[in-house]
Amino acid sequence: MEVIRHGAGSTAPTTNAPADDPFGALTGSDPDAFRVRQQRARDLLRGELEGDDLEAYVRESIVTTTLDKAVKWAQGNSIFPLTFGLACCSIEMISLVGARMDISRFGSEAMRGTPRQADLIILAGRVSMKMAPIVRRVYDQMLEPKYAIAMGACSSSMGVFNNYSVVPADKFMPVDVHVPGCPPRPEAVVYGILKLRRMIQDDPTMAWRDRYRAHGTEEWARSTGEEPDIVALSRELAATTAARNAGDDRDGTGA
Amino acid sequence: MTDEPTARPAHREHDAPAAGTDVRERGADIADRDDRIGGPSAPAGAATATAEAPASVVPGGYRAHEASIDFSSQLGTVATQDEAELLTINMGPHHPATHGVLRLLTTLEGEVVRDVKPIVGYLHTGIEKTCEDKAYWKAIPLVERMDYLAYYFNAMAYCGAVEDLLECEVPKRAQYLRVIHLELNRIMSHLVWLGTTALDIGAMSILWYSFRERETILDLFEYSSGQRMHTRYFQIGGVAEDIPGGWEQSLRRFVREMPKRLDQYSAMLTRNEIFLSRMKHTGVAPAATLQAKGVTGPLLRAAGVPWDLRKAMPYSSYDDFDFQVPVGTEGDNYDRYLVRMAEMRESVRIIEQAIDGLPEGPWITTDRKVALPPRHELATSMEALIHHFKLVTEGMRVPAGEAYHAIEGPRGELGCFVRSDGSSKPARVHMRDSSFINLQALEDMCRGGYIADMIATLACLDPLLGGIDR
Repeated sequence: MEVIRHGAGSTAPTTNAPADDPFGALTGSDPDAFRVRQQRARDLLRGELEGDDLEAYVRESIVTTTLDKAVKWAQGNSIFPLTFGLACCSIEMISLVGARMDISRFGSEAMRGTPRQADLIILAGRVSMKMAPIVRRVYDQMLEPKYAIAMGACSSSMGVFNNYSVVPADKFMPVDVHVPGCPPRPEAVVYGILKLRRMIQDDPTMAWRDRYRAHGTEEWARSTGEEPDIVALSRELAATTAARNAGDDRDGTGA
Repeated sequence: MTDEPTARPAHREHDAPAAGTDVRERGADIADRDDRIGGPSAPAGAATATAEAPASVVPGGYRAHEASIDFSSQLGTVATQDEAELLTINMGPHHPATHGVLRLLTTLEGEVVRDVKPIVGYLHTGIEKTCEDKAYWKAIPLVERMDYLAYYFNAMAYCGAVEDLLECEVPKRAQYLRVIHLELNRIMSHLVWLGTTALDIGAMSILWYSFRERETILDLFEYSSGQRMHTRYFQIGGVAEDIPGGWEQSLRRFVREMPKRLDQYSAMLTRNEIFLSRMKHTGVAPAATLQAKGVTGPLLRAAGVPWDLRKAMPYSSYDDFDFQVPVGTEGDNYDRYLVRMAEMRESVRIIEQAIDGLPEGPWITTDRKVALPPRHELATSMEALIHHFKLVTEGMRVPAGEAYHAIEGPRGELGCFVRSDGSSKPARVHMRDSSFINLQALEDMCRGGYIADMIATLACLDPLLGGIDR
């Protein structure tokens, strides 16, 4: 006896379900199509699918991608922020993990206590002259790839204070996304994190190294074998991207 | 703390000081530098929140100044057994459990805390100095950003001081509206305290519950003023706007709901065994010690002293309301928790009475030298136009003099001192921030306890670095 649950969001069919309508299966909009796909998956597992049927099945159910894109996809959907609050904005940053904004929808709820485990530093608040070297040290302790969001007016442009003691974050460390506001609403910070995710997934060269012309400053863990020529690699990547942008070849096939 | 207008910071270098180094190991070369620059090291038994020599005397600028700070003489004064091995560790300024950028130089003997030195100033923003360059009413947004969980209280203390100087009468409706917002703010601040404290000692889920109610309160703030935080709702002479239509209903719904929510929190924490073992009999300090150090607020009340400025020196019509001052018996962390929980209930009661008895009338003073005229008058009255122009361009002139206005903030006595020289800008604005004063007692609370209890004690102290460093 087979029971098919309709309407349940998590009704995952057997693996390798054909993708005539990839969302139909998940939403359960068309039970008949779902049933057909299920049958074909069963046939495949039994080894009864042959010839053109097998060809069509494989074509529909296998996604090809590059390793780079897959890694970027995973990185963008699991950004671990650092638990690092400076001032007023940090309270709004805490409310990101609260029930209303629930940042775990975007995979960023795992706040890390140490910079060595974090991907993202959110500069939530004003950075004073005394704090700036420490912020820089914390940022330096983070492992590549690392990202920074300047949350609020103070860490972006000194905000309402604009005096002797406050330093904008751009003066001492690279920043990927600036979120304006005093303090920004949690929605705005979520938007900033989504911007960062797009930056990570779509076009890695949109990030700060491009803006600050800082290719070649990446730090990698030392390996015993031959180390890649990072400078040459990143220049090559920049050149490829430039060529791609010039040719307006936006479908992602590269140069 | 680090006022250093002449020294140029060398923040582009990579060798940031401190953060995780053993200070005693670095003691030798620090002493060398002291000799070289001729700066005296801090004397033994100096003030707990360490005041530093001005940076301008140090040739190397900021970085050399930072490295030259020497605590070795202070650390030598720790009383311990002869054979004991002391370990000095550095907590902060980036530590998940320091509630901001507080740095604690902790001397341990095994797991027992022998000495704690809070080092502050990592969030120094120069707010007090910047206020001197703003017109009186344009300084309100700045002072609001000091203690960033008590923005209504900051604005209230400042506006109260300026109103004292102006001898300005605040309408009754404005006073009641202020009380409502202040008490909402008190609940909000205690909720954030509750969530982060529970998080620090391992009870994670409370954070979600308390931030749910915090969002409800912030919705009310946004409804009445347009901003979630730093609303700038309080104006000198009253409040900036009357409450909008429907706000009262939303507030009443909140007032109905909140006691039930507090019951939920109590059900989760008050008899929780882990919570009890972390909170009971930890961080105890006798009332006399606290009073000697100037500690106020829930910390002092938890030690059994019923000192509350809302009762002792009523301001803003607090004497119209019937409420009680909860006090503890032992003065441990558990009492501090219970006192704050009870305070939230009392705040709900005050809000209920204030909204029931909210008088009709103006919400800001009619003194045109202080408050802006209503918009419609600008089209008909030349005089109103002149007042408007004067206020917006120059601001109000305040008679020369000094005023200190103290109110009961969520962390204790929050006072604002304003000195006027008769111009339209304050000559001096100073806040007596309760967090700063309360932090002095941290050493008394933590000494002799375990380092794990220090985390709980620090959380129950509820320091706000924005208020401490300003």
